[in-house]
Amino acid sequence: MEITTTEYKRCDVVKTVGRIDSYTAPDLEEVLSSLTSSGKFKIILDMEEVDFMSSKGWWVLIETQKNCKRYNRGELVLTGVQERIQDSLNLVGMGSYFQIFDDVLSAVANF
Amino acid sequence: MATEKFPGRFESLAGIRKFVSEAAEEAGFDDKEIYAVELAVDEACANIIEHAYGGEGKGEIICICNDINNGIEIILRDDGKQFDPADVKPPDFSVELEKLEPRGAGIYLIRNMMDDVDFKFSRESGNELRMVKRKGI
Repeated sequence: MEITTTEYKRCDVVKTVGRIDSYTAPDLEEVLSSLTSSGKFKIILDMEEVDFMSSKGWWVLIETQKNCKRYNRGELVLTGVQERIQDSLNLVGMGSYFQIFDDVLSAVANF
Repeated sequence: MATEKFPGRFESLAGIRKFVSEAAEEAGFDDKEIYAVELAVDEACANIIEHAYGGEGKGEIICICNDINNGIEIILRDDGKQFDPADVKPPDFSVELEKLEPRGAGIYLIRNMMDDVDFKFSRESGNELRMVKRKGI
């Protein structure tokens, strides 16, 4: 799995390519933790090229969201979530915890 | 029927998913159904490594894929600690974000992605998880 981070004026975009499972989720966790521990809480996760996501991945995002939203300091939003991944997210009921945008531009405008 | 043994490591998950998705494709499932099978098996295997074995590198996972009438049967075997699904509370996603706890989502997904899900345990053979998915449901 490849992860790249781009810093914008109002937020940071983390782009992930590949599959997020119990093996790769810790790498994503490390990237997101490093952002929040440097005081960056407005984060866009670009999932356009993520073609598999297990519940381990969702928990990494949930923990990040808890951190970002604490004290109203920010938010983690998602973009480009593939339909079958959204389906499983909504099936489990986790969908309500994230705003999902079609693309990065719309998500950046949100901040 | 196809059988393969995998090391009980998270690194194996990609290979396990490939194994079952190829079997599901051969059985004639569509992309959405194949994803459901992959997800269920991934969740189950992650649970085996984490809970039955208590960590990576402590045992193997045997995966068997059988073509059945109008579907596929997938069996996962491990010789880790006995697993009783009744011990796992379903997740509660109606709570506020701060109260969310990372437990139970895996089994919940498995039961929703597959049509039949049965857990068995014996001292001789360990845990056996049998899952069936039927086409077009």
